[in-house]
Amino acid sequence: MTVLARLDRVSRHYGALTAVDDVSLEIRAGEMLGLLGPNGAGKTTVISLLQGLRRPSSGTVELFGGDPRDAVTRQHLGSTPQESALPAALTAREVIDFVGGHFAERLTSAELAAEFGLEDLLKRQTGALSGGQKRRLSVALAFVGRPRLVLLDEPSTGLDVDARRALWDAVRRQHANGATVVVTSHYLEEVEALADRVVVLRAGRVIADDALGNVIARVGLSWVRFESGEAVSSLRGAVRHEVDGRRHSFAVRDSDAFVAELVRSGIHFEGLSVRGATLEEAFLNLTDEGGA
Amino acid sequence: MRIALLHARYTLIETARVPIAVMGAVVFPALTLLFFVLPQRAIAEDSGAATRAVASLAVFAVLNNALFSFALSIAQDREQPWDPYLRTLPVRAASRVFGHVLASAVLGVAAVIPVVVLGALLTAARATPLGLVGAAAALVVAGIPFALAGICIGYAMTSRGASAIVQVVMFGLAFGGGLFFQPTTFAPWLDAVSRVLPSRQARDLVVFAVQGGTLDLWTWIGIVAWSAALLALALVLYRRDEGRRFR
Repeated sequence: MTVLARLDRVSRHYGALTAVDDVSLEIRAGEMLGLLGPNGAGKTTVISLLQGLRRPSSGTVELFGGDPRDAVTRQHLGSTPQESALPAALTAREVIDFVGGHFAERLTSAELAAEFGLEDLLKRQTGALSGGQKRRLSVALAFVGRPRLVLLDEPSTGLDVDARRALWDAVRRQHANGATVVVTSHYLEEVEALADRVVVLRAGRVIADDALGNVIARVGLSWVRFESGEAVSSLRGAVRHEVDGRRHSFAVRDSDAFVAELVRSGIHFEGLSVRGATLEEAFLNLTDEGGA
Repeated sequence: MRIALLHARYTLIETARVPIAVMGAVVFPALTLLFFVLPQRAIAEDSGAATRAVASLAVFAVLNNALFSFALSIAQDREQPWDPYLRTLPVRAASRVFGHVLASAVLGVAAVIPVVVLGALLTAARATPLGLVGAAAALVVAGIPFALAGICIGYAMTSRGASAIVQVVMFGLAFGGGLFFQPTTFAPWLDAVSRVLPSRQARDLVVFAVQGGTLDLWTWIGIVAWSAALLALALVLYRRDEGRRFR
């Protein structure tokens, strides 16, 4: 498969802070890649390296076989501005035409508006749009130049459920039409909805790079907590067991089966609670097997 | 080139939607003419002196416009998240800079015209049509170092820093270059310093274009040298720039 972009042993430091730490990554044509990780994990830095906005401190970044810092290399790259960044005095149509004017092959503003549901907004100045409308326009801009590779940084932040689904549908259609898409998110749900391959970053390192299903299996854990005066040894189905005095916390894959097992065991317990582990917990606390 | 025109066009559309921003650049030089030149009847009523004064203020209009429009808008843009987005588009540094130059040139023309019109109506300043064309060409050439200086300031500092530095640089160049008071009134040491400044070289070039007389070879050397040095610096600063830096 064609490799559209490649990071080879890339590190990037900001002063004493290491944002990206020895990351190697290949983005292949046709993929819908989710870049997942808690805030500060280095997702945005990886994106800005691919955009040519930043230089790696060490290692090499390759885009379409060239250097992303060269303007011509970026002819087939689509990116999203922060929604707060849109020039307030320009209308949505002007912004689309301005950005689109940089690309040899482009969608017309009418085509792009139809694809992303922006028809009613074209004549309005972006300063008058709501946060969600700006977000949609921003994401749409990534696709105006018929890009081969699209980088979407937290695309649905701040959108309500309907708008989020509509946006995901539009992104999926663009992907079906041949665009390779990289989407960063700290929401598992978003990555689940879009990606077929998931790369998980933590503290600037890749700690997982796998098919969506495999990552979900690792992340889809719940915490079962209860108090008990008895000595609770390990129970079947527990991935991890933490004890704090009378308080027991079990990380489990199937909380229903685990609670049934707990009851069957005859252990006396009180204050039972079951809660899904957040992504951050899943990767900060649970994956002690490390960079597997 | 096509991309540069695209950038120029949208910069102007944006500027035009905030008209008050244009007024400073356009009105200030004309006001300077009314307050500095008109009351001095010895200058205003003498054709030669008045022409030199109007030419100097036309240079001032270009200087004022170029420094403010480049330094401030670049410094401000760098603090806006729209600028890093533009850097992800397939556009070279040179195209963006050139687009900015074109947009600024349009505003520069808008700033020079009131000075020339008021000068022609209210003072004894006179110029032949050929002189006007020559002066216009001279203003374009003379504006290059100012624009590049503005670009350097814009990429080197924050917008607050830039607005302070621009004031200092602008008044320093305007007084030092003899744009407000003619260099013939300067002490010899000041005149020597003045000749090194791009504003003085610009003034001499424009006065020569409109009035004839002699032009030092040094004027040309100075304009070319300033332009080359500032262009090199501007490109270095642009390539080094990764948006606003936080420490």
